[in-house]
Amino acid sequence: MIKTKTFLAAVALASSLMAPAFAAEASAPIEKQTWSFAGIFGTYDENQLQRGFQVYREVCASCHGARLIAFRNLAEYGGPGFSEEQVKALAAEYEVVDPTVEGGVRAGVPADRWPSPFPTEQDARDANGGSLPPDFSVLAKARGLVDPFPSWIFNYFTGYSEGGVDYIRALLLGYHDEVPASAPEGFVLPEGKYYNDYFPGHAIGMAPPLQDEQVTYTPAEGEAEVPLTVEQYATDVAAFMMWMAEPGLVSRKETGFRVMLFLFLFAGLLYLTKRRIWKGIEH
Amino acid sequence: MSEHSTYVPGNAAEKWLDERLPVARFAKEHLMDFPTPKNLNYWWTFGAILVMCLGVQIVTGIILAMHYTPNVNLAFDSVEHIRRDVNGGRIIQATHAVGASMFFAALYIHIFRNLFFGSYKAPREILYILGVIIFILTMAAAFMGYVLPWGQMSFWGATVITNIFSAIPVVGESLLQLLRGGFAVGNPTLNRFFSLHYLLPFVIAALVALHIWALHVPGNNNPIGVDVKSTRDTVPFHPYYTLKDLYAMVLFMIPFAWFIFFAPDILGHPDNYIQANSQVTPTHIVPEWYLLPFYTILRAVDFNILFINSQLGGVIAMGMSMVALLVVPWLDTARVRSGLFRPIFKWFYVLFLINFIGLTYLGAQPAEGIYVTLAKVCTAYYFIHFFVVLPVLSRIEKPLPLPTSISESVLGKAHA
Repeated sequence: MIKTKTFLAAVALASSLMAPAFAAEASAPIEKQTWSFAGIFGTYDENQLQRGFQVYREVCASCHGARLIAFRNLAEYGGPGFSEEQVKALAAEYEVVDPTVEGGVRAGVPADRWPSPFPTEQDARDANGGSLPPDFSVLAKARGLVDPFPSWIFNYFTGYSEGGVDYIRALLLGYHDEVPASAPEGFVLPEGKYYNDYFPGHAIGMAPPLQDEQVTYTPAEGEAEVPLTVEQYATDVAAFMMWMAEPGLVSRKETGFRVMLFLFLFAGLLYLTKRRIWKGIEH
Repeated sequence: MSEHSTYVPGNAAEKWLDERLPVARFAKEHLMDFPTPKNLNYWWTFGAILVMCLGVQIVTGIILAMHYTPNVNLAFDSVEHIRRDVNGGRIIQATHAVGASMFFAALYIHIFRNLFFGSYKAPREILYILGVIIFILTMAAAFMGYVLPWGQMSFWGATVITNIFSAIPVVGESLLQLLRGGFAVGNPTLNRFFSLHYLLPFVIAALVALHIWALHVPGNNNPIGVDVKSTRDTVPFHPYYTLKDLYAMVLFMIPFAWFIFFAPDILGHPDNYIQANSQVTPTHIVPEWYLLPFYTILRAVDFNILFINSQLGGVIAMGMSMVALLVVPWLDTARVRSGLFRPIFKWFYVLFLINFIGLTYLGAQPAEGIYVTLAKVCTAYYFIHFFVVLPVLSRIEKPLPLPTSISESVLGKAHA
């Protein structure tokens, strides 16, 4: 018993020593947001996805591709809820490379993937000072938060899967005009880079992409006026990126709820059956 | 075990079959009448749960293979294609990925149950050794499976793990090239890993058959570790344990489904959603959680011992950590099987368990500062437990008095 206690004390001591190591790694703590798509009953907010799509299309898409997204996805269940006609019209606005047609390009159709903003990776780098703007298709799942011990343990029970969106939103809001006092000691911002609180290493190649009132939202019928702020844009586009990374989230969670319900009922019935069978057997 | 046979062919057709291929007799003896100790607790249901896990991985894996493309330029997108465009693909893919973690969770519980109740002791050594071999092969299969989505962790994990083999003297370098199919991890690596990842589960399934055969010779151990003395100590496998196992399987499916439907990516690493890039090394290369204890042991040796350099030392330590498991039946020679009746062993077992969790935790931490020291301490204790604690305890420990039989012990419990 004494041994166990001593060991536990040692573990406690060790973990208190580890805390600074964690703090040094995660630059600034990222504030977790309340997303409509979090949790068991989470679903995307159609209006938010449409706003996020607008921000993506008008701002981000000039540099960031989304090669796994097809136009048709925008009309699919659990998405931004565009109609098929809207998607058809939208796709037609784009030119798609197709070597099988005359001239090599044609107007897009809903089955086409989102056209890449640059023909090659080298073109993308040349246009962006050597940095490659990452593709958005699964980016929301390719980023995450580093949660300190012990809060990451709870994530398994809450099913926290929004680390990527929280990070992206924080990144978009984490710019500074000048290197702030909170920067690591001796930090020198390289030429052509921008200071960001949350980007690993703090020197990001992307200029602050969003400004207040840059994108004009048209409120949906009965919807309250949405503020035209960087914070609102960042939140909306992060939500849209989550949808791009996980377009089947809504139906997945709906199925999950039914599966859970079945499993609990079935387990209950099996428990009763098992008890009935074992009745009278001392074990 | 024909002595248990109560099978009587019901009609002429069954009799005809029984004289030629007695499958019905076999099923009746081994799946229905098999005498099983009546005092098995829920820790014993993980054998059946593991059979289910293997089945789930094989079925989902075969379906995934129909849509997956093992090519470095297409693999990453083909997995996304499964998630996005294949009917039910998101669920099948998530089941397979989460299933690997659930498989190992069950596997570790099964192993630790065995270690506590002394199930590895005579006459079950072969049964136990087959189990350890299954465990090692499952780690190999899981590792190769993790490479297939061709994300950053896939690529760099493959690079780091295959590099282990280069530490082997003389043949190391050739072995490394044979594994990778070239000088670096690339398309040939992905192709051979895919092929082996498809092959290994069937090898594992065959070993599971041997494992169950070896179980059915001496029969189950049980929580008090006292041999079955009479038929009063046992119940037929069906319906008693078929029902209990089925109930446990469905319970196990609840956390399984929780991860599949509500957090399918939480057990993986975000970096694996970035396509493999040989030019960019991730900040921390971390294997999947179930390989972490052994990864810690591998990394813990960062010093040279005489003519053995640190890299080879790490490989030897990791190899020995598995050899230690294989020889446990001969390290722990205590006559009493169950930890319930071993007052000192019980506490060392808890310490070993905590130490093992510590090894898992440390494997995910960067190799710097306090973690390096802790990793060495935990690694040393892992070996001390097997090579010092177990043999010494076998000699000095005075076990508690054992019940004379299973029936007596369960009666005592009921009236207590």
